Amino acid sequence: MKRNAKLLVTLLVASFLIAGVASFYASSHPDGLEYVAEKTGFMDSAEDSPTADSPFADYGVKGVDDERISGGLAGVIGCVAVLGLAGGLFFLIGRRGSADDEAKDESDTEKV
Amino acid sequence: MHVPDGFLDAPTSVATGVVAATGVALALRGARKELDDRTAPLAGLVATFVFAGQMINFPVAGGTSGHLLGGVLAAVLVGPWTGILCISVVLVVQSLLMADGGVTALGTNITLMGLVGVAVGWLIFVAIRSILPRRVGSVAPAAALAALISVPVAAVAFSLLFAVGGTAPVETGKVLTAMVSWHVVIGLGEAAITALVVGSVIAARPDLVYGARPLMNKPSDLEIRKAGTA
Repeated sequence: MKRNAKLLVTLLVASFLIAGVASFYASSHPDGLEYVAEKTGFMDSAEDSPTADSPFADYGVKGVDDERISGGLAGVIGCVAVLGLAGGLFFLIGRRGSADDEAKDESDTEKV
Repeated sequence: MHVPDGFLDAPTSVATGVVAATGVALALRGARKELDDRTAPLAGLVATFVFAGQMINFPVAGGTSGHLLGGVLAAVLVGPWTGILCISVVLVVQSLLMADGGVTALGTNITLMGLVGVAVGWLIFVAIRSILPRRVGSVAPAAALAALISVPVAAVAFSLLFAVGGTAPVETGKVLTAMVSWHVVIGLGEAAITALVVGSVIAARPDLVYGARPLMNKPSDLEIRKAGTA
């Protein structure tokens, strides 16, 4: 368990550093799909997302002017949101999975 | 490769929404076999790491950039069904919080990066693993190659959807050729990141890596004998 914790903490710290610090240095060139859309002429068919007014739209925090802090903060908030959602979901599924295994152990004859 | 709203028409978006919902429902069932108290926390952190990794656009030739999709990375570390759920959660957060990828296009993005990226990538990984030497060291190279191929495959899938439901009158062949050629290059970045991350986790805790499990069995230690024959 102690060695497990080491891997988990490493992944968490790496995620925060990548999203919170390194992301500032990411390339701002269009990604593959955007580039192809521009070159072949369908970029204009893109519409604004209904969430374009989100306080974290485009990986920035509304009201925070410093680009580095704004982007880093949005990245960390996104990480926390994913960790909360995915962690909660997997915890529930994992408990159910373990319960399934136990049920199977108790009665092998029962059909699933 | 986040598809914004508007690229694809409503019927196509509804169709990919149905496909995505069906895929996620199946994954919710399938993930029960992959997740337990030990692996659930790791899976949550793998999703978090993929979200972070997708923020890093790396430059590729000619003023274009690419970023990690993470399908093979997640599938190899925590299992394909759980991998689908990891990518889907990432896409939901990106779409709703960050306005990255459309909302009506969410089904399309889950289908492309979650279902196609993970499922095709995982099957390629399993195929490559079966022809490489049966040892844990084969996992990272197999994952890297699968990751490389999974990116242009997802690009082909987008091009097919565009052919069926693209709203702009652009020739399918042009889109397909451009999408595949750029995404082969982006796939090299995907392969490098996947190799680095899977390789690091394998080095630290091979026992926790889903894709390494079949290689870790020691038949000599786990011999099954019939009662009374020993």
